[in-house]
Amino acid sequence: MSSEAGLQAWLNSRIETWQQVLPQLDRLERQRDHTTADALHAMEMYRALGRDLSIARRILPGSRVTRALEARYAKLHAIIYRKPHDWRARLRTLFREEIPEVVHDLRFTIQWVGLLFALSAAAGWWLVSSYPELIGLLASEEMINGVEGGKLWTEGLLNVMPSSVLSVGILTNNIVVSLTAFVVGVFFGLGTFYIIGMNGLMLGGIFAFTHQHGMAGELLKFVTAHGVVELSVICIAGAAGVMLGESLIRPTHGTRRESFQHATARTSRLLVLCALLLVGCGFIEGYLSPDPDFPMINRVIVGFGYAVVMVAALTGRLFGRKPEPGATIPS
Amino acid sequence: MASTPTITLQSVTGVDVELRIAGAGSRSYAFVIDWHIRLVLALAWLFTALFIRAGSLNLFDDSTPRGGMGQLAIWIPTTVIYFLYHPILEIVMRGSTPGKRMAGVRIVSRTGDIPGAGALLLRNVFRLVDSLPFVYLLGLGVVIFTEQHVRIGDLAAGTLLVHDDAGAVKSFDGLRNDTPENGLSPQSADLIHELLDRWWTLDDTMRANIARSLILRVDPAASTEALLLQTSPQLRSHLQALLKGTARA
Repeated sequence: MSSEAGLQAWLNSRIETWQQVLPQLDRLERQRDHTTADALHAMEMYRALGRDLSIARRILPGSRVTRALEARYAKLHAIIYRKPHDWRARLRTLFREEIPEVVHDLRFTIQWVGLLFALSAAAGWWLVSSYPELIGLLASEEMINGVEGGKLWTEGLLNVMPSSVLSVGILTNNIVVSLTAFVVGVFFGLGTFYIIGMNGLMLGGIFAFTHQHGMAGELLKFVTAHGVVELSVICIAGAAGVMLGESLIRPTHGTRRESFQHATARTSRLLVLCALLLVGCGFIEGYLSPDPDFPMINRVIVGFGYAVVMVAALTGRLFGRKPEPGATIPS
Repeated sequence: MASTPTITLQSVTGVDVELRIAGAGSRSYAFVIDWHIRLVLALAWLFTALFIRAGSLNLFDDSTPRGGMGQLAIWIPTTVIYFLYHPILEIVMRGSTPGKRMAGVRIVSRTGDIPGAGALLLRNVFRLVDSLPFVYLLGLGVVIFTEQHVRIGDLAAGTLLVHDDAGAVKSFDGLRNDTPENGLSPQSADLIHELLDRWWTLDDTMRANIARSLILRVDPAASTEALLLQTSPQLRSHLQALLKGTARA
C-alpha cells in the first residue's frame, strides 16, 4: 500500500507539469523563430518527459497516462528534430547549388532522352509521310478536318478564348505532362520512355501531316517562341524520370526503397525549375504564339532568348552561381 | 490476428517511442472524408461563381479582357481547391488534413518528425501514379502489400502515415481530479477512467459486466448481489463516485 501511495504522490506531483506541456508544445509547433531560451526549454522538457515516460512505463505499463506521455514525447521529438525554416537561404541553395548539381549529374541522360525524343519525332514524320492514314492515331478528328480544310487549329485561337485563360490552361497541361514524365519513371523508367516517345511521335507526325497540306511553316511559326524551352523541359523532366527507374534497376543504397527515395528527393528539385520555366512557356504560348501579327523574327528572338535564360537557370548562373575556376561545366 | 506495424523513434534520452502505422482502412477513411470536403468546397465555389455570372454585369463577358479574368476567377479557385487541397493543407497543417484528423492519422517522416514542404509536395506529385488506373487502385494495392502500408508517394518522399493518439490527450484531466482520499490505486483509477471514456462505445451488457467486475475489485463495500440490481447508469454513477472518493463515504 505504501508503494501505491508513493506512486500516487509521484503522479500528483507531476500532473500539473504534464498539463502545461500540451499548450507549450502547441506554441513551439506553431512558432517559427524560436529563441535560444525556447530551444533550451524544449530540451529540458524533452529530458523531463523522457524520464517521466520511462518511470510510467515501468510502473503503469499500457495505461492511459503512459500513452498520453508517449504522445506528448513523440510530438516534442518531432518538434525538436524539425528542420530549420529559412526559406530564403533554402531557395538560394536550391537554385544556386542543388539544381545545377543535379543537372550536371543528369547531363548525359538528358542528351539520351533528347535523342529519344528526336528519333521518335523522326519516326512520327516518316510514319505519317509513308502512311498518311496513321494521323488518325495521333491527332483528333477536329484537327485533321481543320488542316484538310486549309485551316490550322492554332488560327483564331484568341477568338475562342482569352489569352489569360489559354495561358493558364496550357501551362497547367504542360506542368502535368512534365510531372507525369517524371513520376512514371517509377515503372523502371519504361513509363518515361513511353511518354517521351509518344510526345515525339505526335510532334513528328503532326508536322508531317501539316507539311502534306502546305502548313508546316505556319505550325513552325506557332511553336518557335515557346517550343524550344517547352520541349527541352519535357526532356529534362523525362531524364529525371529515367533516373528514378535507374535507381530501382541499379540501387545506389542498401535497399531499392532507399535508393528510390534518395533519387526522388534529389531529382525532384529539378522539377521546381521545370515548373517555373513552363509557366513562362504558358504565357508565351497564350499571349504571343497565337498572335498572327507577331513577326517570325521576334518569335525566334523570344524562343532562343528564353532558351538562353533556361540554360542560365539550369547552370545556376541566373541565380548568381559563380563558375568554378578552370571548370567548363557546373560541378 | 496480425499485429499493427510500428516504427520506433530513437531519441538521445534513450527513451524510445513506438508509432503505430495506419493501414489501408484508416488511409481510405481519411481520403474519403477529404475527398468529400474538397468536392463540396470546389462545387460551392463553382456554383457561386456561375450564379454570379448568370446575373452579372459584363464582368464575365468572354470577349473582353475583364471577361477573361472573370473566367479565371471561376476556374482557377475551383481547380486549386480540388487538386491542391492535399498539398496545401498538409503543409499548412504540418502533415495533417481535416480528413486525417477525423480518422486519427497524420503524416510523419521515417524518423518520426514533421515532414518538410518538399517531401509533402513530392508525396502529392506521386498521386499521378498512385491514382492509376482509376480510383487509386495502384496506390491501394501498394498500401495493402507493403510491410509499412505505404503508397508509392510515401516511398518516394520517405513518409509514413501513423495513428495520432489524440484520445490520450484528455488523460491528465481525469488524473488531476483524483484525490488520494479515494483509496484507489493509480492502476485502478486508470482502469476506471478507461472504462468511462469508452462507456458509450461499448454494448450495454458488456459495459455493465465490466463495471461490476471492476467495482468488486476496487470497492470492498460492494457486493455481487447489490451490483446485479444496479442498472447501467447506476453503475456508471458508482464508478464516478469511486473516482471522487464518495462511494464508500
